[in-house]
Amino acid sequence: MSDLPGDLLYTNDHEWLRREDDGSVTIGITDHAQSALGDLVYVELPEVGLDIEEAGEMAVVESVKAASDVYAPISGSIVAVNEALADDPEKINSDPYGDGWIVRVQPSDTIDESALMSPDDYQTFIDELDD
Amino acid sequence: MPFIPHTKKDTSEMLQAIGVDSIADLFDEIPPELMIEHLPHVPPAVGEMEISRLMRRRAKMDGSPMCFIGAGAYEHHIPTAVWDIATRGEFYSAYTPYQAEASQGTLQTIYEYQTMITELTGLDVSNASLYDGASALAEASLMSVRANRRVKSGRILLAPGVNPVYEQVAAAIAGAQGLTFERLEQDAASGNIDFNSLPDGREPVAVVVQQPSFVGTLDDVDRLTNWAHEQGAMLIGIVNPTSLALLRPPGQWGEAGADIAIGEGQPLGVPMSSGGPYFGFMTCKQKHVRQMPGRIVGRTTDLEDKPGFALTLQAREQHIRRSKATSNICTNQGLMVTAATIYMSLLGYDGLVGVANTSQANTALLAEGLCGIEGVDRLYEGPFFHEVALKLDRPVAPLLTALADRDILGGFDLTSTVATNALLVCATETKTKADIEAYVAAFADLMANDSA
Repeated sequence: MSDLPGDLLYTNDHEWLRREDDGSVTIGITDHAQSALGDLVYVELPEVGLDIEEAGEMAVVESVKAASDVYAPISGSIVAVNEALADDPEKINSDPYGDGWIVRVQPSDTIDESALMSPDDYQTFIDELDD
Repeated sequence: MPFIPHTKKDTSEMLQAIGVDSIADLFDEIPPELMIEHLPHVPPAVGEMEISRLMRRRAKMDGSPMCFIGAGAYEHHIPTAVWDIATRGEFYSAYTPYQAEASQGTLQTIYEYQTMITELTGLDVSNASLYDGASALAEASLMSVRANRRVKSGRILLAPGVNPVYEQVAAAIAGAQGLTFERLEQDAASGNIDFNSLPDGREPVAVVVQQPSFVGTLDDVDRLTNWAHEQGAMLIGIVNPTSLALLRPPGQWGEAGADIAIGEGQPLGVPMSSGGPYFGFMTCKQKHVRQMPGRIVGRTTDLEDKPGFALTLQAREQHIRRSKATSNICTNQGLMVTAATIYMSLLGYDGLVGVANTSQANTALLAEGLCGIEGVDRLYEGPFFHEVALKLDRPVAPLLTALADRDILGGFDLTSTVATNALLVCATETKTKADIEAYVAAFADLMANDSA
């Protein structure tokens, strides 16, 4: 398992969040998640401007095996989506924390970091899943 | 792929392996009060000899009348080879086997079917079929909501020529999921869409047009397709597959083409059989393929680089996505599709054009003959395909009964659905000039003597 980027926060739905300088949050799925899904063939992205609710469905990632929902880890409004995934969904497989980002969200509230995991906590979480 | 039932030994070994005593025990979680011991109105089972005798007696009651009814199901000549091949042991099955390792023949047949249907409709991709034309409208409506996510209204606008039964079925299936179906205004003279009263700004998620319409007329599908797209809606075309030998396919309607085409596949080699089984077909543009319900067979290569066939794009189907599947359709009408594929192969392009041309000419002849009778006129002006609506000066039902006494099924009574004293008639390529003349003579006789 590759090292988890230290500047991100993680969820138990295997998503990561990066706080950007402008107050928005970039969201993607973790290396663990992409590896479990297998080769991605399609990503269904939300529309920019859409309001999302925490725990609501936000996007769908489809591999040859299954189509899985990506749940919103926070409430807010979609300010950008990674259009490049439309033609190149496997960017999520090759670079889940970089070019494979999925959406950028402007949070509607202050983010409750206690509900999210640090890299170390997430590492422990997935180590336990593997056991 | 042959079906070999389990032996008692197989069954007991399997039950033993999972630690269960009997097959009945597998169902013991169903509360006993929900179990039905016997079905009222269903008689006890009878032997083959008795059932054969019963069915022969019932078949005799049908007689062999001449059929001039269309209205959604059409009598066409089915070459004997169609069902001779479709009922071979390799194809004949109540269950469609999809296992790639055992069913290459079945899968290739479905693949060829998909190819033919996309050619007929002028669209990019086809599924392996749906249950029938009416439920295909429900599936297409639900699909339009998934594919056209910008529109949240759940409103589907139907052209006046959409089969009323299709609307009922679609509303029954999709209504509970928040979809509403509304009709566009009709132009009284043509029976088609009144383009002067199209409702701008209603934010429909899809617009549906049937070509030819339920009453046989031809709508301005180009204009409607363009209007639908201007409104931000998808355009769903309901088409008769035989008519596509003559009419422009939905994929070429308007500037951008229809987004989804559906229809009843029965005219392609499936007998009318008192209402079924039939099959529905569905094709769409490539960009919507992931929202298409049902199964899709794809062509691929195996480990030795040899061509082969397998189900594809299954990731959104019920067995994987459970309640979030695109649809609860996890099957197709395999046997009907096999017959349709053989039918289209045997007829070829020229054959299908011949069927369509002859059906159109026969219906034109029938319309001319019937309209020569006093008290009979066209209900709508304008061109028609192989079905035409007539307006009578008296109620239709008694006339149809009197015709049936003369072994003629005279048409479909439109009184309860479209217009009072209106009759829909159809003469396919199965009718000869003499048949049509006999029908016209009988009709004239009944009208003149008012014996109806």
